[in-house]
Amino acid sequence: MAWARKILRVNLTKGTCADEALNMDWAQKYLGQRGLATKYLTEEIDPKVDPLSPDNKMIMATGPLTGTCASTAGRYSVITKGALTGAIACSNSGGFFGNEMKNAGYDMIIFEGKSPSPVYLFVQDGSAQLLDAADYWGQSCWTTEEGIKEKHGDPLLRVASIGVSGEKGVKFACIVNDMDRAAGRSGVGTVMGSKNLKAVAIRGTLGVKVDDASRFVDAVAAGKSVLAENAVTGQGLPAFGTQVLMNVINESGALPTRNHLDAQFDGANNISAEAMAEPRASDGKPNLLTNAACFGCTIACGRVSTVERTHYTVKDRPEYHVASGGLEYEAAWALGAATGIDDLNALTFANFICNEQGLDPISFGATVGAAMELFEDGTITTKETGGIELKFGSAEALTTLVELCGKGEGFGAEIGLGSKLLCEKYGRPELSMSVKGQEFPAYDSRGIQGMGLAYATSNRGACHLRGYTVASEILGIPEKTDPLVTDGKAGLVKAFQDATAVVDSAGICVFTTFAWSMDDIAPQIDAACEGDWSVENCMAAGERIWNLERKFNLDAGFVGKDDNLPARLLKDAAKTGPAKGKTNGLDIMLPEYYAARGWTVEGIPSNETLDRVAL
Amino acid sequence: MLIRVKLYAMLADYLPASAVKNEADMEVADGTVVKQVLSSLQMPMEQCHLVLVNGVFVAPSERDTRTLADGDALAVWPPVAGG
Repeated sequence: MAWARKILRVNLTKGTCADEALNMDWAQKYLGQRGLATKYLTEEIDPKVDPLSPDNKMIMATGPLTGTCASTAGRYSVITKGALTGAIACSNSGGFFGNEMKNAGYDMIIFEGKSPSPVYLFVQDGSAQLLDAADYWGQSCWTTEEGIKEKHGDPLLRVASIGVSGEKGVKFACIVNDMDRAAGRSGVGTVMGSKNLKAVAIRGTLGVKVDDASRFVDAVAAGKSVLAENAVTGQGLPAFGTQVLMNVINESGALPTRNHLDAQFDGANNISAEAMAEPRASDGKPNLLTNAACFGCTIACGRVSTVERTHYTVKDRPEYHVASGGLEYEAAWALGAATGIDDLNALTFANFICNEQGLDPISFGATVGAAMELFEDGTITTKETGGIELKFGSAEALTTLVELCGKGEGFGAEIGLGSKLLCEKYGRPELSMSVKGQEFPAYDSRGIQGMGLAYATSNRGACHLRGYTVASEILGIPEKTDPLVTDGKAGLVKAFQDATAVVDSAGICVFTTFAWSMDDIAPQIDAACEGDWSVENCMAAGERIWNLERKFNLDAGFVGKDDNLPARLLKDAAKTGPAKGKTNGLDIMLPEYYAARGWTVEGIPSNETLDRVAL
Repeated sequence: MLIRVKLYAMLADYLPASAVKNEADMEVADGTVVKQVLSSLQMPMEQCHLVLVNGVFVAPSERDTRTLADGDALAVWPPVAGG
């Protein structure tokens, strides 16, 4: 139960769709979504495969709780070998698509091969077919979603699609569902584009059954009470969203600024949650129109925003005089602090374009920041940028580039390489602020030491969502630790990584963990699913999943030396704030982490560890 | 001596009238401790979750002994999170 027990296998080369039974032995070991799809991927592809080859596969996967009445249970993930990184990729999205997929009767959809021409997959309650996407190829995610709904005459279809960026091979293209939710990181949209797959449209009404309905309802109700009564999930996130962090992290001296040249941004408050709530001079309305919730979510952290109609980006473009997905913290940081830009309207517009054209705003903004440093130091000039004065703080440069990158044109196509390849191309690889090819999110690891270890060891490249020690080091959740010390961080990172792997495999949102511990989560999984999903068994599954991902990366060619940070963070001390004079102490933390994981000094899981985690 | 007070999220309601963009300068006596400032602004202590002086966390148990110096920045948030 909870699992639909069915997979849809789509062979794009042959144009076939076939159902097959879910491997329930694997489900008992890897739970669902991130873990279970990773198991399928590792069994079915060569880890050394070119991510953009037809031999790579892409899996859309739900968790056992997806589509149930558990809070936030609308999640799905896209698992593949990442185009940006060459590592295991698992990008998680909210909205309503995941729920629809589960209710259509599928735990996961495995895409293999490459279609000879652009197609989209149409799924309705257990039946599936590939349809011609010629009308949508070359169109944005927004146009595609609206067009497919109109064609089928069903406004309740849920659509996940790529924009032109994914078609053109922008390395950090994402998959956008429900207009402004995205499987955002690692270039999963690039892989989708390489398969000539434009979109997946789903309608599902079959329902989701659980193992012990009575116990499940009680566990879900208890969980929802915890979320409602918690000050963060009950009040802070709905009112201010993730953007409330902008001033917190800046004050803490850990807001990477201008490609990590600085760790504090003097324009932070202008692009914060507080600024989004301020009435504007031109129309008296704030940037933030309202909050919004994904399927089944009782937190509702989402932002819905508008761009001021007098702003240069939209004054002659009424199609953008709409309310749409607003800035989340990571996007606001990448588009703003990482580039030195504090124009809230420009950032909101750039965020709209990222949603419209399917760009990961973190990698896009961070890569623009790197390009700005290349420009400022004279490595590139207007000759390379096509005339764009690419200086830190230039909103015009950012908003020009987001449209170019979204269409894979001009210097925007070079931004679309990602910072690693871009900086290598111009002979300055040290200016890419990335790990395993993926750009950092919004926390400077000189000021939050544990995050340096979390970034260095993240299986999908630099990422905050694989081990969010910010919760403990800065926010005091579940308990406060000192962000400026390395002591204890190896164990902290491991605990966050393993627990997050469980959450990502269950079908729920990681934001629940600001209030929920595994003591709240495990009973919901245990009541929904067959088998013994005690806290201990859930955490064991989390550790197993982490090691499985690690093993894939090692087999793909990554080595312990790739668990590293850019020299800037290891050698150039922070200039201001609490971390002034500090670098990241990765050299201290990494050996402790390998030991805590039961890995060799080279970062390879030992045979004893593989036995212990049943791999 | 002069300190700068920064109050965010719903705690912005407790800022002095002179505040601009969540910040206000306050004249306080030498030896003033963190809790005295919070009390003088009539802030609900249970909502003062994240209290930073010059960016460094001050634990609840230290707030009635942590003295402030001229030029210090005292920043306060209710329970918040993101990511």
